[in-house]
Amino acid sequence: METTISERKNTEPILRVEHLKKYYTYGNGFLSHRKTVIKAVDDVSLSLYPGETLAIVGESGCGKSTTAKSIIRITDPTEGTITLHGKDFGKLSGKELKSARQKIKMIFQDPYSALNPRMTVRDIIAEPIDISGSYRTQAEREEKILEACDMVGLNRDYLDRYPHEFSGGQRQRIGIARAIIEKPDVILCDEPVSALDVSIQAKVINLLKELQDKLGVSYIFISHDLSVVRHVADRVMVMYLGHVVEEGSRDDIFNSPKHPYTRILLDSIPSIGKEMPEDEQQLIAGDLPSPENPPSGCCFHTRCPHCSEQCRNTAPALTEVPGQPGHRMACFC
Amino acid sequence: MKKSIALKLDSFGKEIVKVEKPHGYYYESFRIFRKNKVAMISLGILILLILLAIAAPFITSFDPDKQVLSERLLSPGVKGHLFGTDEFGRDIFTRCIYGCRISLSVGIISQLIASVIGYLMGVSAGYFGKKTDDVISFLIQVFSSIPFLLFAMALMYALGSGLMNLYLSLGLLSWANTARLIRGQVLTLKQQEYIQACIVNGGSSARIIFKHLLPNCIPMLIITNTLGIPSAILTEASLSFLGLGVPSPTASWGAMISSAQTYIRTNTYYSLFPGLFIIASVMAFNMLGDGLRDALDPKLHK
Repeated sequence: METTISERKNTEPILRVEHLKKYYTYGNGFLSHRKTVIKAVDDVSLSLYPGETLAIVGESGCGKSTTAKSIIRITDPTEGTITLHGKDFGKLSGKELKSARQKIKMIFQDPYSALNPRMTVRDIIAEPIDISGSYRTQAEREEKILEACDMVGLNRDYLDRYPHEFSGGQRQRIGIARAIIEKPDVILCDEPVSALDVSIQAKVINLLKELQDKLGVSYIFISHDLSVVRHVADRVMVMYLGHVVEEGSRDDIFNSPKHPYTRILLDSIPSIGKEMPEDEQQLIAGDLPSPENPPSGCCFHTRCPHCSEQCRNTAPALTEVPGQPGHRMACFC
Repeated sequence: MKKSIALKLDSFGKEIVKVEKPHGYYYESFRIFRKNKVAMISLGILILLILLAIAAPFITSFDPDKQVLSERLLSPGVKGHLFGTDEFGRDIFTRCIYGCRISLSVGIISQLIASVIGYLMGVSAGYFGKKTDDVISFLIQVFSSIPFLLFAMALMYALGSGLMNLYLSLGLLSWANTARLIRGQVLTLKQQEYIQACIVNGGSSARIIFKHLLPNCIPMLIITNTLGIPSAILTEASLSFLGLGVPSPTASWGAMISSAQTYIRTNTYYSLFPGLFIIASVMAFNMLGDGLRDALDPKLHK
């Protein structure tokens, strides 16, 4: 799985997202004609290669979940193209969309709300194949369910039970079984472990890695927990206020972070016996600006310790770091 | 799966847990419901009333509509008339139990109609949102701001009296309340991730509405409509009292009270018995509804 950037140039990305934008528009009440536009995701591009894990990190409200939901079209993006297997996934509709959806799945954050409390585990896991109708006999359906069940390490005797009888970790396994039953090529994981106990997190993460080895699936792994990301990701994308501020291989990001925001994020990983530098302590206290009224110029300038006049006026473009192919960041420094 | 308790390995393959045949949501609800004495008594009364309505011809030897003018206005117990007779010599007990057929069917069928309309309206408003929501919410406002009895009278005038029209007009009257509650429920349920999961898997709106939202709304539909039955029974009684319910010779509790009011001083029993039937059925449905509300509350399930 550890392919280098140059090797990857030869393979086609399985999923390519270009200039994805998601704006929410709100009316300001009954008597006002003014509209408030919230730019939740503003110009995000990414490529996902077969068998790799791309992590999207950032603090709450930076648009990482919205990015995933727009890619998989739970909410339709305002602008941008989504190419899955060479097809324009963003423009598909009807039958074509339904069949394309078999190859891209999602694992959700909250295992308590991701499973319908009125359905048995068997019906929950079987939902994707029930919708796509990709079996001919009941025996074939059962076979697929059992296969998915075994792959995620779920006891077969639990199939007739209801979700409320399970713990968070087991529920997440059921959610994963539902995502893999059609053997997709891409799975979007929206903070799949953040609602779980730390001891269970490791088990679920290992399960995801194991499934990647077996099925060759690619993950977009959304998380705010950098220690988890360090463990699973091949490449990392850092988002701030709807923008990508830095992206690169895991080693680039963790060993030589270039963007001030990435450095702050890395410094904020709690660890025992580490002192935080004085000058970076205070700026973490700042709040994320409202996406309703984003700052001019560089989106991060209000909290940046190295902010200059140029940063306030012009937005830096995402450019490659010299000498590190594939490592790109948006900063003038 | 067999219902035995066996020792099995759990999903992590380490801890040993008991595996038992699981019980569904409604089984668990019934277990709680059974412990509620008041609700069980109400259920008993309602089953009794339903049996009376079904078996009416076998319980009494009198014809509910046949006039025997020589036996007018008899007191209870005279000549085998358990509750006495009315001004045309018809047996009041017979007319009361035949009246069960009207009242119970009006209550239940009109609420079934209200459930169907209310669910579809509420779920469309909550699920599709935007313009659909605006239009349906407006309709709900309109329907719930018109005085209930006046509206029922207007509808019965327009449709003409008759049992079918009674079901229909009472159903059309009470959907708004159901729709409002379902809309609220759907707005909450829509945020659940399993709805998003269904979209991700390519599920249609129909699948979401009937497979995911409906089973989660059914407890609410059961409760609101059980509590809606007594008000439908009362409205039917009021309409029949006013002469707008079922056509004349058919026995109905409201119509009986209406014709009994002339004789209320001389023959009190005539109005008392149909009144008691109305009170018994309305109270029983109300208490049953309260019991169901407790039993179907998922917080009380173990």
